[in-house]
Amino acid sequence: MIGMTHYLVLSAILFALSVMGIFLNRKNIIVVLMSIELMLLAVNFNFITFSTFLHNVAGQIFVFFTLTVAAAEAAIGLAILIILFRNLKSINVQDMDQLKG
Amino acid sequence: MDVTSILFYVFSAILLLSGLRVITAKNPVHAALFLVLAFVNAACLWMMLGAEFLSLTLILVYVGAVMVLFLFVVMMLDVDLEALRKGFWKNLPLALVLGVVVLLEMLIVVLKNPMVAAVANADPVTKISNSNKLGWVLYTQYSYPVELASMLLLLGLVVAVALTLRKSEKAAKYQNIAKQVATDSRSRFTMVKMDAEVESKGEQQ
Repeated sequence: MIGMTHYLVLSAILFALSVMGIFLNRKNIIVVLMSIELMLLAVNFNFITFSTFLHNVAGQIFVFFTLTVAAAEAAIGLAILIILFRNLKSINVQDMDQLKG
Repeated sequence: MDVTSILFYVFSAILLLSGLRVITAKNPVHAALFLVLAFVNAACLWMMLGAEFLSLTLILVYVGAVMVLFLFVVMMLDVDLEALRKGFWKNLPLALVLGVVVLLEMLIVVLKNPMVAAVANADPVTKISNSNKLGWVLYTQYSYPVELASMLLLLGLVVAVALTLRKSEKAAKYQNIAKQVATDSRSRFTMVKMDAEVESKGEQQ
């Protein structure tokens, strides 16, 4: 029988995988954005698991709003990526040093 | 092993494998397509958890909109893939260590937490449908956050358009407000001096 622990372990593995993805593809900002999407998926997974097993609908409402914010974030992030590519001709994270930080 | 367990293991295996391919794929297009596969499998698992509304929303919003946007951007940008993959093998040991540490910490929290153990064997099945239940609270208790979320989406739309808009003369025509306000009657209406023209009889009807 599949219990809550199964789902929680699955989302923990998914989260660790996306953390690894951010470190592996440090230069490629597109794959970093995709890893962040995967991370959000893992977090939403936890919310839905707890919501289901605790019989509380608030977790699913939270996932609903997370999806909304993530969609807006992806749209704006990709728009920034496009103007960045127009100006730099590259999406390498190391080329983004205009602020001289 | 019942059908639910088999389905859970199949879906989660595909989910984790496609997640692994997302972070290791050489080509970002392949990464985006494997991310689509991961989202579809996650939606199946959410369906098994009883969150039907959100699993369909995940497919509609993520697979239908966000990933198409990702693919569109990836294919539009002309990227030097070799340069972007340079640090991949060098970063692998650090990434592995960090991933294992994060995973172990979360597993300790999940497996050793008495609160999790207390509800782990609760029955997830409820009688009332998921969309019905969500709809009841979404438009009563959470109506103000729903309005805020819609404003956020509108903001995202406006910002995405405003950021990527090219303000060059070639791409689009723009009004010059100062020029329009400073106009006078002579620039609108011009008198032209010309000789009278006589039309031939044949053309007169």
